[in-house]
Amino acid sequence: MTPVVSAKGIVKRYGHVTAIDHSDFELLPGEILAVIGDNGAGKSSIVKAICGATTPDEGEILIEGKPVKFSSPIEAREMGIEIVYQNLALSPALSIADNMFTGREIRKPGFLGKFLRMLDKPAMETFAREKLTELGLMTVQSIKQPVETLSGGQRQGVAVARAAAFASKFIIMDEPTAALGVKESRKVLELIKDVRARGIPIILISHNMPHVFEVADRIHIHRLGKRLCIIDPKDYTMSDAVAFMTGAKEPPAQDAA
Amino acid sequence: MTTKAGYEQVLDGSDTKVAQFETRRHTVLERVQHILHNNPTFVPVIVLMLSLVAFWIIAGGRFFSAFNLSLITQQVSIIGMLAAAQSLIIITAGIDLSVAAIMILMSVIMGNLAVNMGVPAPLAILAGCLGGMAAGAMNGLLITKIKLPPFITTLGTWSIFFALNLWLSGAQSIRSQDIDKNAELLKFFGNAIKLGGARITFGVILMIVIFVVLWYMLNKTAWGRHVYAIGDDMEAAEMSGIRTERTLVSVYMLAGLVCAIAGWASIGRVGSISPQSFYEGNLQSITAVVIGGISLFGGRGSIMGALFGALIVGVFQSGLRMAGVDVLWQVFAIGWLIIIAVAIDQWIRRVSA
Repeated sequence: MTPVVSAKGIVKRYGHVTAIDHSDFELLPGEILAVIGDNGAGKSSIVKAICGATTPDEGEILIEGKPVKFSSPIEAREMGIEIVYQNLALSPALSIADNMFTGREIRKPGFLGKFLRMLDKPAMETFAREKLTELGLMTVQSIKQPVETLSGGQRQGVAVARAAAFASKFIIMDEPTAALGVKESRKVLELIKDVRARGIPIILISHNMPHVFEVADRIHIHRLGKRLCIIDPKDYTMSDAVAFMTGAKEPPAQDAA
Repeated sequence: MTTKAGYEQVLDGSDTKVAQFETRRHTVLERVQHILHNNPTFVPVIVLMLSLVAFWIIAGGRFFSAFNLSLITQQVSIIGMLAAAQSLIIITAGIDLSVAAIMILMSVIMGNLAVNMGVPAPLAILAGCLGGMAAGAMNGLLITKIKLPPFITTLGTWSIFFALNLWLSGAQSIRSQDIDKNAELLKFFGNAIKLGGARITFGVILMIVIFVVLWYMLNKTAWGRHVYAIGDDMEAAEMSGIRTERTLVSVYMLAGLVCAIAGWASIGRVGSISPQSFYEGNLQSITAVVIGGISLFGGRGSIMGALFGALIVGVFQSGLRMAGVDVLWQVFAIGWLIIIAVAIDQWIRRVSA
């Protein structure tokens, strides 16, 4: 099985600080891979390197077996890699439909679109409505509603739906439940599983152990700038994971990177 | 693996319609707030209608005559065009203090080339338009590449463009007769169509065309959506794949072009080319934009609001003058209009679902 992403020997230095120290990374088809680590362990650095937000100093990244070198997240996005940022990257005053299509708008066919560059708003609205309905996210009449009038969970839903709609390779989610209440977190977790069920693998960065252990197929534990180990959540407990993560316990030898 | 934590077990019995949109009852005031939030131009349109009726009652039929109303449109046409340029900038959460300076500088360049140096008028106008875009590009590049705040950047370029304008013109006006003799085209927008008692100048038509074109660009094209997204939340816009710097520079260049076109139109409106004219144009354009309900914090408001904002100022000035009120009270009234407009904007922004 070719990994969707495989990275080997990634190094990223910022001055004297080594954020990523010869780290490896691997995402398999159809899985939810949780990335956990203490603050400053470099878990977001490695994910940033994979999606093109930063360019690593050393190492190589393969997407479906082919080497890639992204210079911006836009390039990664063109390959079908979507990111749900912690702050969601939504424009509050724009509508749900506008937000879903930011940067990849559909234009009207023919003269209107080609020369007057007119947007095909009905097409975008229909598509946005379809995607949100597929994920069980909304009643249909409010697609033109500005995002700022939505609750936190609804906004998260829009961001996840946007990613799910356009991701053909995989989705990166950065702390998707961090800002949410119990009930809204639950909804987002269901949504994440729903996206996996559609065959799109997900990289989930999270601090929330119960959430990680609930949805993840494998857990990548990051410590001191490199991958410490990968564990199966069925074989270990949350306290084991925390112990590995903080260095309180030696990682299982067979998985050590 | 899928076992929920104990505290979450109770959720099974809870309402699962998290992401649905509530339909609770709203008070009348909340509903008004909501409508205004979705239709930001309603406020200036209502204010414009009310002020027309009010001054009709106060100042009588002389105010509400076709002649006077068309005169108001002529008086606001130049500031209206500057306000259109200013709106573009303010929607990106910026501000441009140099719009009037660009306009005057470009009208002086057009006049110098066409009247004093014998360059064919169309070429002189083209040069002025390119100059306007270059001036806008300078603002935009300073803001995006050197990361200077728009306020400081344009405060600086305001002085720079104004000084260039005094240098190029030698602080001398170009007289109306000289323009007529050498480059009549410069005064093109001073021509008018007579419609009953009304006198509609080409400048007024140009202003409306500029607003319609910019409205189309902002609302019907991807570029326009990006301009709003940048003003709304720059970081989010960047992350969702908008090339923010390129878009911002294009906004400043377009604003510069509109200012240059306004410069051409101002020659027709004033009749001569004076380096000292429209010195307060910068602030007047901002006034029109703010009264038009465009948020100074960016991302909100329709450019059409600026057109109505400019008209409201024109109606107040004309109406108060005809009612025999001292000029100082006109200034007083405009001041209050600005404050009330921003207060209403703040209120509308606090909308909740």
